[in-house]
Amino acid sequence: MELYRKTAAELSGLLRKKEVTACEILDDTLARIDAVEPRIDAFLSVTAEAARAKAREVDEKLAKGEAVGALAGIPVGIKDNICTKGLRTTCASKMLENFIPPYNATVVDKLNAADAVIPGKLNLDEFAMGGSCENSYFKPTKNPWDTERVPGGSSGGSAASVAACEVPLSLGSDTGGSVRCPAGLCGVVGLKPTYGAVSRFGLVAFASSLDQIGPFGRTVEDVALLFGAICGADLPHDATSKDYHFPGMDADLKGLRVGIPREYFGSGVSEENKAAVLKAVDMLRDAGAVPVEISLPSTDYALSAYYIISSAEASSNLARYDGVKYGYPGDRKGTLNDLYLSARSEGFGPEVKRRIMLGTYVLSSGYYDAYYKRAKMLQRMIAREFTDAFEKCDVIATPTTPSTAFKLGEKTSDPLEMYASDICTVTVNIAGLPGVSVPCGFDQKGLPIGMQLIGPKFSEAKLLGVAKHYETAVGGFAVKEL
Amino acid sequence: MNQDYEVIIGLEIHAELCTKTKIFCGCKNAFGAEVNTLCCPVCMGLPGTLPVLNKQVVDYAVKMGHALNCSINRVSKNDRKNYFYPDLPKAYQISQFDVPLCEHGYLDVLMDGDVRRIGITRIHIEEDAGKLIHDDSFDGTLADYNRCGVPLIEIVSEPDLRSAEEAKAYMETITNILLYLGISDAKMQEGSVRADVNVSVRSRGQKEFGTRTEMKNVNSFGAVYRAIQYEAQRQIEVVSGGGVIEQETRRWDDAKGKNYVLRTKEDAQDYRYFPDPDLLTFEISEAHVQELKASIPELPVAKALRYVKEYGLLPVDAQLLASNRARSEFFDSCVATGKCDKKLICNWMIGDIAKILNERRIEITDTALTKESLTDMIALIEKGTISNTAAKTVLDVIIEKDVSPAEVVEEKGLAQISDSDALLTLVDEVLAQNAKAVADYKGGKTNVVGFLVGQCMKASKGKGNPAILREMLLSAIDKL
Repeated sequence: MELYRKTAAELSGLLRKKEVTACEILDDTLARIDAVEPRIDAFLSVTAEAARAKAREVDEKLAKGEAVGALAGIPVGIKDNICTKGLRTTCASKMLENFIPPYNATVVDKLNAADAVIPGKLNLDEFAMGGSCENSYFKPTKNPWDTERVPGGSSGGSAASVAACEVPLSLGSDTGGSVRCPAGLCGVVGLKPTYGAVSRFGLVAFASSLDQIGPFGRTVEDVALLFGAICGADLPHDATSKDYHFPGMDADLKGLRVGIPREYFGSGVSEENKAAVLKAVDMLRDAGAVPVEISLPSTDYALSAYYIISSAEASSNLARYDGVKYGYPGDRKGTLNDLYLSARSEGFGPEVKRRIMLGTYVLSSGYYDAYYKRAKMLQRMIAREFTDAFEKCDVIATPTTPSTAFKLGEKTSDPLEMYASDICTVTVNIAGLPGVSVPCGFDQKGLPIGMQLIGPKFSEAKLLGVAKHYETAVGGFAVKEL
Repeated sequence: MNQDYEVIIGLEIHAELCTKTKIFCGCKNAFGAEVNTLCCPVCMGLPGTLPVLNKQVVDYAVKMGHALNCSINRVSKNDRKNYFYPDLPKAYQISQFDVPLCEHGYLDVLMDGDVRRIGITRIHIEEDAGKLIHDDSFDGTLADYNRCGVPLIEIVSEPDLRSAEEAKAYMETITNILLYLGISDAKMQEGSVRADVNVSVRSRGQKEFGTRTEMKNVNSFGAVYRAIQYEAQRQIEVVSGGGVIEQETRRWDDAKGKNYVLRTKEDAQDYRYFPDPDLLTFEISEAHVQELKASIPELPVAKALRYVKEYGLLPVDAQLLASNRARSEFFDSCVATGKCDKKLICNWMIGDIAKILNERRIEITDTALTKESLTDMIALIEKGTISNTAAKTVLDVIIEKDVSPAEVVEEKGLAQISDSDALLTLVDEVLAQNAKAVADYKGGKTNVVGFLVGQCMKASKGKGNPAILREMLLSAIDKL
């Protein structure tokens, strides 16, 4: 039985009918990881021992007829910037190469409570900064659809592991598109929840006002299942978390107005990507939805505002890595300044350093008003435009990325071109909205194209409902044979 | 100090608040624990951890705001102050930048009975940093993170203080208020109140302020006084010698009685303040602000002024009595019994009782003394039943045990002897033994009679009535 090909919902059914055990699911997962990892490189660590203990616990509960959690026995991979107690959490950085957190992220506690099994930690761009997963200190992850190409980033390991059927589900984090972009490039479903819907406690901060943990799966139903297990208030640990309960997918599509923002279908986006999204919208129309053309005029400034705000926050969030208490220790023979200099020069990769310098600059006295303050004004403008747009439509459909997966090394020499791959996704973070990427076909090279659906705050039920309708209409999403 | 110059002083006082837990995590807020035992991943700034604001801190700061007549910003926020130092685990301090919780207030300070009004610029909340330990036995620096995240308020005064004496009185008044409100232990020796002192000088009559220097972490009233005296003198010498004061931060070394340049203006740090995205803007309801305002007790300065006006106490006595909340409240309750003279109560409170409390390092509430026992005792003095000397013996008993002073007098036989016959022998004896004093008296040194009364009191073991003894002594000497 090729368990690894099954969805979380299917595995859950088999487990509850006692046709498989959690240990069998895990064995199959670990075998699959062994088989494809040499080509994919999605995992930074495989935590077989801890996973086996959890799988046994689930099997024992089932054998005794005890109640089990919603994700019982389901393998869920975790992006390696989400803290796991007693398990190395590296952020794909030399700085945290040997960092073992003494606490779990709230989402990890929730997964444990839901009886999920965590088989390992997944690769990312260092500290989640990047759009290709090539900024990992350890290794680049490859796109299962073409292993010479990138999986997208920063949650490249999370997307690729699901696309390669190593795990049915994974968690990533999304600051400017880091869940949705790799989901789009790897042909899987990825949700960036409303800011505050999922606790950020234990997610190593990149840009605190934009970061949000989100689920990946091969079906919309699986993503909904995982999202339902991780969302909700965490007020003792995260002041920005909101008391939100996911009510399940909203199945009603009738009269749904789908906004098509013209700014997302401009010259920066490939013809193939545009065409695939418009074709998908046509299918939604056939199912009863009404397309509406809308405009989000500030979109052009969004990328600049995003890189200012996110870098500013990053420069402060990453200042704690000074070599003093944990992490890369730096040179301890000289002065305090020598220690700081060596720890931070040697511990961080070039992209992280670039963002720290950019962020430090925009917060400096004399530049604060010109950059940070203006970016925050733009943020309010962009958020307002979305609010206005949602008067005219219920969801917005756009391409997830401007193009399909590019080749490894193709954009590494040009940071600005790399930044431009976030062009369709950053506005959602800036406005704190939910967005989901679903596969909507392939380009001529056979590479997946993603459609992004955006909704008002806490409209995940509607968004996932629309995505599910589309998935059903196209007869399900393709899975890559490896 | 050269009288041609005027000294301008502003104080930034940091006070640790005595909340149960720290400002952004659940760690216990306490002093003196084993190093690195009162800290957690949150206050140590480990990756992925997040701060959650302790509401008690906001309440305490708002109380101080009311006490210092500030306007309260009901919508406020936390900002990050970014700088690198090993005692600051996140490399930023969560503080408040452009919207402090309280601002535009004032504090009336009593200087020799006169009221001096000092402007309060702002009060904001922030977290304390850890402590670095330098130990001779270890070639390096150790860090103790217990203090990380201990809540602080920073109280910034206007540059309204004009002398070291004023600055000291201001800081004492602030400390008394902190104690009155019960929001800080205000223990200088434990560093729970510290001051940054800004000093400048200008020629008398000059309108513009001179360039100021700042001295960080001055840790006692005495040190504040000495640091200002030193710095003002230094600046006056520089300016009168034709020199220029540089804007700089200086370190006050109280042991050496000198200060040194720590940072010049060129090295001034850019803290890159920005709103902390982990903490949302917070709002306090008007009702809650009013509730906190209603909870503010009568404060020391108002109380001292009332004691002078209503009870006729001397300003210096009133101020001393009012400076301690527990003692002044005990005094108020004694006055309310109406059983004895208010001034006498005050004298006992700031005299013998204060002496005992200070010696034993306890508070009035730690003793068995009650408003009834103290006022009964004083009433016995007023009635002439016991002498002041005997009352001291009574006090020693009633401070330990809640018994009626009359019983103590009875039990110990402390009642005054006013019976002339009983005292007569005693007077004769004393006069016989003190022939020189008698001669002095006759020679015009009439004040020796006090000495002779004292001798008689001693001989009567404190039981004689000094007024009667005096009369008897005088008539006996006349007859000699």
